[in-house]
Amino acid sequence: MNYFPDEVIEHVFDYVVSHSDRNSLSLVCKSWYRIERFTRQRVFIGNCYSISPERLVERFPDLKSLTLKGKPHFADFSLVPHGWGGFVYPWIEALAKSKVGLEELRLKRMVVSDESLELLSRSFMNFKSLVLVSCEGFTTDGLAAVAANCRSLRELDLQENEVEDHKGQWLSCFPENCTSLVSLNFACLKGEINIGALERLVARSPNLKSLRLNRSVPVDALQRILMRAPQLMDLGIGSFFHDLNSDAYAKLRTTILKCTSITSLSGFLEVAPFSLAAMYPICQNLTSLNLSYAAGIQGSELIKLIRHCGKLQRLWIMDCIGDKGLGVVATACKDLQELRVFPSAPFGNQGAVTEKGLVAISMGCRKLHSLLYFCHQMTNAALITVAKNCPNFIRFRLCILDATKPDPDTMQPLDEGFGAIVQSCKQLRRLSLSGQLTDQVFLYIGMYAEQLEMLSIAFAGETDKGMLYVLNGCKKLRKLEIRDCPFGDTALLTDIGKYETMRSLWMSSCEVTVGACKTLAKKMPSLNVEIFGEGEQADCYVEDGQRVEKMYLYRTVAGKREDAPEYVWTL
Amino acid sequence: MSLPLLVPEEERQSNPSTVASASPQSLDCFSQTGVGLKERNYLGLSDCSSVDSSTVPSLSDEKKVNLNLKATELRLGLPGSQSPERDPDLFTLSSTNLDEKPLFPLLPTKDGICSVSQKNVVSGNKRGFADTIDVFPEAKYNGNARVNLMLSPRPSGAQPTTVKEKPIKVLQESPCAANATGAPTNGSAPAAKAQVVGWPPIRSFRKNSLANASKNNDEVDGKPGPAALFVKVSMDGAPYLRKVDLRNYTTYQELSSDLEKMFSCFTLGQCGSHGAPGREMLSESKLKDFLHGSEYVVTYEDKDGDWMLVGDVPWDMFTDTCKRLKIMKGSDAIGLAPRAMEKSKSRS
Repeated sequence: MNYFPDEVIEHVFDYVVSHSDRNSLSLVCKSWYRIERFTRQRVFIGNCYSISPERLVERFPDLKSLTLKGKPHFADFSLVPHGWGGFVYPWIEALAKSKVGLEELRLKRMVVSDESLELLSRSFMNFKSLVLVSCEGFTTDGLAAVAANCRSLRELDLQENEVEDHKGQWLSCFPENCTSLVSLNFACLKGEINIGALERLVARSPNLKSLRLNRSVPVDALQRILMRAPQLMDLGIGSFFHDLNSDAYAKLRTTILKCTSITSLSGFLEVAPFSLAAMYPICQNLTSLNLSYAAGIQGSELIKLIRHCGKLQRLWIMDCIGDKGLGVVATACKDLQELRVFPSAPFGNQGAVTEKGLVAISMGCRKLHSLLYFCHQMTNAALITVAKNCPNFIRFRLCILDATKPDPDTMQPLDEGFGAIVQSCKQLRRLSLSGQLTDQVFLYIGMYAEQLEMLSIAFAGETDKGMLYVLNGCKKLRKLEIRDCPFGDTALLTDIGKYETMRSLWMSSCEVTVGACKTLAKKMPSLNVEIFGEGEQADCYVEDGQRVEKMYLYRTVAGKREDAPEYVWTL
Repeated sequence: MSLPLLVPEEERQSNPSTVASASPQSLDCFSQTGVGLKERNYLGLSDCSSVDSSTVPSLSDEKKVNLNLKATELRLGLPGSQSPERDPDLFTLSSTNLDEKPLFPLLPTKDGICSVSQKNVVSGNKRGFADTIDVFPEAKYNGNARVNLMLSPRPSGAQPTTVKEKPIKVLQESPCAANATGAPTNGSAPAAKAQVVGWPPIRSFRKNSLANASKNNDEVDGKPGPAALFVKVSMDGAPYLRKVDLRNYTTYQELSSDLEKMFSCFTLGQCGSHGAPGREMLSESKLKDFLHGSEYVVTYEDKDGDWMLVGDVPWDMFTDTCKRLKIMKGSDAIGLAPRAMEKSKSRS
């Protein structure tokens, strides 16, 4: 293709959209590299420390959309001490300094300060979309800045962030001439908002398709909002709490009948019992239902609701639905593709789920490809059945609440069950294990899980061989995270070249020693090997023979990072 | 959901004294080998045989008559007595000790937790799940000061050692006994009730949200029931009160077992403040003493300010009207029952 002018090649490249494909294009030859970098608009950086912001800006001057991920995944479960890193400010600063016309920023597990948000809001005239997932460090003041300054804002999507409420009026900061909103999600905010401002905002946003409210929006306001926005497709209800006999409720029921475009429903952070019937009329249109935060809904009500949802493709619920409830899901939701069942333990519900629920689902929902399942127990027989019924799994994450529980019927480890899963599901990309597991399961994973990209292991395995089976066998492995397993130095050091092919490796509470980490770091300068403990000073690791509490290593072209806190020792 | 009225009214009215003065014998088990009088077991202290869970579902014929009654009665039986969530079968492998954690741990309990061996769960030389348990201060997960209770000790000597006996009921989350994080509950990790950091792997945000949702505000204040319905529970002679969220239960039985757990340490006269001594106290003989000696009934104050006996009205009506709970001595409860009936009649 060298005899085509650049414009033609560019045009062809326009059709190549996925990140990995574009990465491949850039490797073909120098001219393709050049063309690709100047036409690249969307960049995904899975580890914000793998490259420097300056380098990013330099290579992709036409950048419009940036996705960044910061902390290691296990930070979600409080395994990473506070202050570890993942600051977005340097990125925004570098982008602001350059001439990049950033339009979209998507962050996950990063520390976002108000200052960063303010800088962001002032630096990019065409900024359209901000998506923050599982981030922290900002307050409603930062949101106010975004609302006030981003004139063409289309999307403000806050998912599961820790946001400090400064009781400001951030919603009122959207200027009167801001009419471009398409998506607004503030369900994770804990504080009050100005209801009037919200209603006015909705009224002047004709393109609004997705709206997720927080707890502070009462039902009467919800009803008025729905009246103004019958075009909504994605609705997150904050408070669904009302007197069943009131006029407000009656009005709401009537209004909901008009919301025929809604295909995605979530929230119900507060629910009046027996009130979900108001939702039945729209259930038949739903393809996505997320009730995983709806602690107030009893299993029986959940079941009744779901019976109406014949088109459901994605379902996130709590385990109060019970095994029987999952049986109902299996009969009602034949198109189900993604299921997440979260534990509702704090609430003393009967009906936690077991292997029976999963088997029922597998029998009814043959299209299932993504699963996150918290349960009390699992059996090999059940897993084997599931593997047979649903060979299309891409993501299979099983969490048995007792992390080392064996098969309760046979008292055997769950090696065979998971083995069946990896053998049958040839497209499996993500796997999380739990239950009692020996090295055997890793042998199976190494042998069969050819497409596996991410593996999460906890309290499993017996010897270093387990980890080695995985490192040797899974050619496409990108992320490996291990906690509380007996894998040690031999496992770590046998195939160090492997780590350059991966994004990152996390090992905590394993048998790895300081000395081995040092060796690794020395031999592999392209890796950052960080070790840290529970927030203690890094110099507590004096002896080579000492066990490392937490180790996180990742490949990088940016060298050792400058913003590591004191307790992190980069070797 | 309305429960049938428990007992035909004429019986009630004719036997106020029997009802109130829970005599030791009548407390034993709820048998209706009617000698004309219907024994009412407000204290629900079932006999020890019911602890063996294999008899739980198969109530004898004479007991079947009172199935409804039993389902709705409030009992203050001991931990280990017949309660849905305390199915001993679910205690699997390794619990060989009656490892009762303190009912009101104010401090993280560092003892007794790892002492139960879990060798038959963990194989090889890997670190067992139990070994990795760190004990953390209660923190945010137990939002409403729910106690990190071990599943209650079983007085009977015979511990089921396998789970081959199928659990009779669906595994239930005990309202009190579950860790807020959804960590091992019914019997799956008998000893290890302490929270392991980061397990189960639920995002902190989600964990905190659920904890806060359960920590919702306090008493009923006239507004149509919020997501949580906390009422104070007091007990004669107890140094402090507790609170329960009535929304966590759907039957009287659940409520009663929770109350049992909360207050049994007072009635036993010994708060097992650290794992080991507590365990020793709960010997079978002590239990029997309690069963036969106790006279407590659970009452509630309703919206009119009257004290009523718990268990008379359908559950929903109860939650609508209950303002606070009180566990009082049976002798103080004389005369409550008839009033309860009249009231519910006038209300319905």
